[in-house]
Amino acid sequence: MAILVDSNSRIICQGLTGDTATFHCEKAIAYGSNIVGGVRPGKGGSIHLGLPVFDTVEEAKTTTGADVSLVFVPPQNAADAIIEAIEAKIPLIVCVTERVPVLDMVRVKKALEGTPSRLIGPNSLGIITPEQCKIGVMPTHRHFAGPIGVVSRSASLTYEAIDQLYTVRLGQSTSIGIGGDAVHGIGFVDCLELFLADPQTEGVLLIGEIGGTAEEETAEFLKRSIIKKPIAAYIAGKYAPTDRRMGHAGTINVFGKGSVKEKNEALASAGVHIASSAAVIGTTMRQALGR
Amino acid sequence: MNLHEFQAKALLSEYGVPIPKGIIANSAEEAQKAALNIGGGSWIVKAQIHAGGRGKAGGIKRENSPADVAAAANHLIGSRLVTYQTGAAGKRVNQVYIEAACEISQEIYLAVLVDRSTARIAFLGSPTGGEDIEEKAADDPDRIHKLVVEDFEHLDHQALTGFISGLGLDGANTQQAVSTAQALFKAFKDCDASLIEINPLVVTSAGELLAVDVKMILDDNALFRHQELEKYRDEEEEDPAELEAKRYELNFVSLDGNVGCVVNGAGLALATLDLLKDNGVEPANFMDIRPVATREQVATGFEMVLAAPGIKAVLVNIYGGGILRCDTIAEGIALAARRKGVTVPLIVRAAGTNMELCQKVLTSQGIPAQFARDITQAVEMVIAATSQEAA
Repeated sequence: MAILVDSNSRIICQGLTGDTATFHCEKAIAYGSNIVGGVRPGKGGSIHLGLPVFDTVEEAKTTTGADVSLVFVPPQNAADAIIEAIEAKIPLIVCVTERVPVLDMVRVKKALEGTPSRLIGPNSLGIITPEQCKIGVMPTHRHFAGPIGVVSRSASLTYEAIDQLYTVRLGQSTSIGIGGDAVHGIGFVDCLELFLADPQTEGVLLIGEIGGTAEEETAEFLKRSIIKKPIAAYIAGKYAPTDRRMGHAGTINVFGKGSVKEKNEALASAGVHIASSAAVIGTTMRQALGR
Repeated sequence: MNLHEFQAKALLSEYGVPIPKGIIANSAEEAQKAALNIGGGSWIVKAQIHAGGRGKAGGIKRENSPADVAAAANHLIGSRLVTYQTGAAGKRVNQVYIEAACEISQEIYLAVLVDRSTARIAFLGSPTGGEDIEEKAADDPDRIHKLVVEDFEHLDHQALTGFISGLGLDGANTQQAVSTAQALFKAFKDCDASLIEINPLVVTSAGELLAVDVKMILDDNALFRHQELEKYRDEEEEDPAELEAKRYELNFVSLDGNVGCVVNGAGLALATLDLLKDNGVEPANFMDIRPVATREQVATGFEMVLAAPGIKAVLVNIYGGGILRCDTIAEGIALAARRKGVTVPLIVRAAGTNMELCQKVLTSQGIPAQFARDITQAVEMVIAATSQEAA
């Protein structure tokens, strides 16, 4: 078991023919991901990486039976690409594109409402179920199948966390980057609901950042949840410069809310084990499991 | 991208937001002329910098004669203003905005932003405006009212009127404030803003509604579709190093300490900053390498890291992933080191894609570096390097 994706996932890539998409899709195929086609308006009927290319998501879905779309489309067109996938009723859409305008994402979120689609990202490293499939840009050499669910707002910190989990010999059920933008698809709570219900997942690691109130909302959710599992968290940005952007757009705040201190206190009050620094993420997760 | 107050006011007044009469001035003479042109008997002289807290820092002066306006302008222009948002070095004042002073009978707060928890555009409002709104909001969150705009395409008039009615204005001013809010909403969408804040929005003793101070931030990610707003960019407001870095696919942040930092990724930058400061190390800067950066771009960035005054050590903490490879970074560092020479201890922690090549590249090119196996050891090495230097 894992969540959202596994070896049966049938994946298409929107923007497959671009250089970056080509690079990452080759790696994903080598990892074992079942990529079944690509979408590139105007290049329908061609073959790329040995895969059929279609003009539209609808066509790609009908022909290949795809249930996941990986969006590798430039920021100018990313929102329209996501909306096309929503309209084609693709159950899981993963957008790795950086620098998508925030008002475009407001539009996308509205389009998602009441549909069966889930969105991961944008500005996401993607999702990986180790030893089954990777949909995104993450390095895979430290991932192995195991009991930990990982959900993170930061790509680079996820790599760091996975490295430390490797050192303490904890593999992952699934690892998800929800993206660092202010407005994005699924969040901590959505992922936690799935991880808490997943029998393979014995514990969950959350990687958060200053800004917003997602961690505070997560704490409230965990207090209400009937299913309890050991959870560890690391929140970055204790000393981030005020009113200046250092890092993700999502770290900027109005009214100074969402400090690391507030987030850690909220999570700790819900029984989450807090990693006091980025150097002890792996060991904190191990301690949370009581190992 | 931040706009100056005078730019935001000019832009918003085109949408129908009522603003006091004002003129921008680059010198004392221009300021005096501006006061005469505006007329009246009382003026506000406002330093134009991209930071809040100007009033408390002495950047906003009320004067009662054109000569005093000139004197205040003379004092402000060329000075450095230090507010709680500028850092210790402050920001240089290049221009002042001269505005007709008004007698204020009531001050409220009104803002439009993207509300992340609902993924909607939202209005924030408070019956109390003014400089310490943030503290007041922290003490009493109920002071801040919120209206989430359900439909991006259409601002519901009834909901808006209900929201504005909660801000404590009388009937006529409420109608004016509703129109102002509608104008703000249109400007917000048209310009791809991420924040427009009017603080305070005042009612004058004559019963007139006026936006006395305005802060406007545009979404950098949407500037590609707003050539018309590029004219508002003020490169002098940006840190020269940060500006330079943007041209090389690097994010650069200048800080006040003595350890240069090279990282990849926003989250890793924040985490490294936290780890260093928790251990008493003060970073001089952060260079965050974007995955698409080339060897030459990394070299340029590394030279900028080395160029920070008083630097005592450099920490490279990178996790190669995506399309970013550790050997590309190592080659960039080696290139910069050969061009400029590295005279301070260089501590390198490289993990991820092609990590083994990083040490190989640096060692084979004779670049002296200490290699850390993980983030903990890297910080220990930085502490050792900087304390040796001090001894």
